Amino acid sequence: MARILQLDEAIAELVHDGDTVALEGFTHLIPVAAGHEIIRQRRKDLTLIRMTPDIVYDQLIGAGCARKLIFSWGGNPGVGSLHRFRDAIQNSWPVPLEIEEHSHAGMANRYAAGASGLPFAVLRGYAGTDLPEQTDTIKTIECPFTGQRLAAVPAVNPDVGIIHAQQADRAGNVQMWGITGVQKETVLASARSLVTVEEIVDELTPRPGAVVLPQWVVTAVAAVPGGAAPSYAQGYYERDNAYYQQWDPIGRDREQFENWLETEVFGTERSAR
Amino acid sequence: MSSPEFTADEMMTVGAARSLRDGTACFVGIGLPSTAANLARRTHAPNLVLIYESGTLGAKPGRLPLSIGDGVLADTADSVISVPEIFNYWLQPGRIDTGFLGGAQVDRFGNINTTVIGGDYANPKVRLPGAGGAPEIAASCREVLIVMRMNPRSFVEKLDFITSVGYGTGKGDREALGLRGRGPVKVITDLGVLEPDPDTCELTLTQLSPGATVEQARKAVGWPLKAVDEPAMQQPPTEAELTVLRELKTTIEGGAK
Repeated sequence: MARILQLDEAIAELVHDGDTVALEGFTHLIPVAAGHEIIRQRRKDLTLIRMTPDIVYDQLIGAGCARKLIFSWGGNPGVGSLHRFRDAIQNSWPVPLEIEEHSHAGMANRYAAGASGLPFAVLRGYAGTDLPEQTDTIKTIECPFTGQRLAAVPAVNPDVGIIHAQQADRAGNVQMWGITGVQKETVLASARSLVTVEEIVDELTPRPGAVVLPQWVVTAVAAVPGGAAPSYAQGYYERDNAYYQQWDPIGRDREQFENWLETEVFGTERSAR
Repeated sequence: MSSPEFTADEMMTVGAARSLRDGTACFVGIGLPSTAANLARRTHAPNLVLIYESGTLGAKPGRLPLSIGDGVLADTADSVISVPEIFNYWLQPGRIDTGFLGGAQVDRFGNINTTVIGGDYANPKVRLPGAGGAPEIAASCREVLIVMRMNPRSFVEKLDFITSVGYGTGKGDREALGLRGRGPVKVITDLGVLEPDPDTCELTLTQLSPGATVEQARKAVGWPLKAVDEPAMQQPPTEAELTVLRELKTTIEGGAK
């Protein structure tokens, strides 16, 4: 049975310095509060995985939590660049950031392989691009049946997978709906998992198209209402598009960013609600 | 009949929208491609199927989405599926007619860079967002449209990084690489339209935007740009296209709901 914990307890117990951590959520249901709690607890040397590292990863990178980033698209969706991410790559600020770069199709398949208990995934991808030269995690293989040349990518199996969902019940069964990205694969591929949820209910109401994660694949659940903001939780609140736009000048400037960290993260009480 | 006033960007967006055929399925990227695809659905292509990489099949947004995972896409889609499924079951087998891409740099064979500019990969002058869905969109959609503003920093002799393949090093290269779609059939810009030469696959100026000249286009491209004899003049945007486009753009300002 998944344990119901406070967010700060869950992060303290599940996320350790040096871990490989995936916080997923494809624009929707991004576990932002969990990311802030990782910053607040000053974790470091993390290998962060995420298909679309966006604002919360800009913040984690800018705060110096990450040693390495495994990703497929790093930007502020609909706005532009991630300037903390750029500063780390271009100027090693605040610490050098190693990258392992893929396409979305490659990352989606790496998660699927991880969830499937396979060592690698196979896809039609990368042919003719410069990406394979930059990483030893893309290889060409030959289909043993047809002889076709295909791309192989290794599974990702994070130490901790963190996602946000709409609801869990008191046993820790989780339900999420709307755009569900790679969140199911992330939990199933990870050794430990944390799901932050909008609310804990007595009973989950079945919904068409919903993803349900049974309590026995989830390590911990934390109730964090609003925990995906400024992204959104379908049925609960909308994406705060203005926040994404307002992040741009903060992220561009080291001093403004450090002020933001002090007031919005370190200056707050425990993040658990 | 007098034509309404319009900007080069509006011409580019309208030109891109007109390139989408009704009843086809389009894999839509955010920004100009999304604006053009939503314009097309409101004008000549009401049955255009919009597919966003967040997993929304057949989205019918009532406003411009700010991102590929905007809630309005899930709310209005025929179905919402996982990200591994959208790439593996829908894009990879070639079920999608048109892929719609932008980029930071494009070369004469329609290859695209969205990864790094200047320096080398490990120490770039500018780090861009990276690949996202683009490499496999460029490889697997039946055809690809590219929309980009034309200037010498973007239309370059040599890419700093090949993120997505157009025609590779020229005719026959896509086939040799095993890429299944036709590749980029049009590059739609603010100054005109480039199309691959049937014999060499080199992008060639085939149409000019109203008011633009071949000389102007050549100055905006970092390689010796070939042009067909007497490039056609694009039809200016109609009053109806402009009205819909301008109305659409007001729906994204400030991230309106």
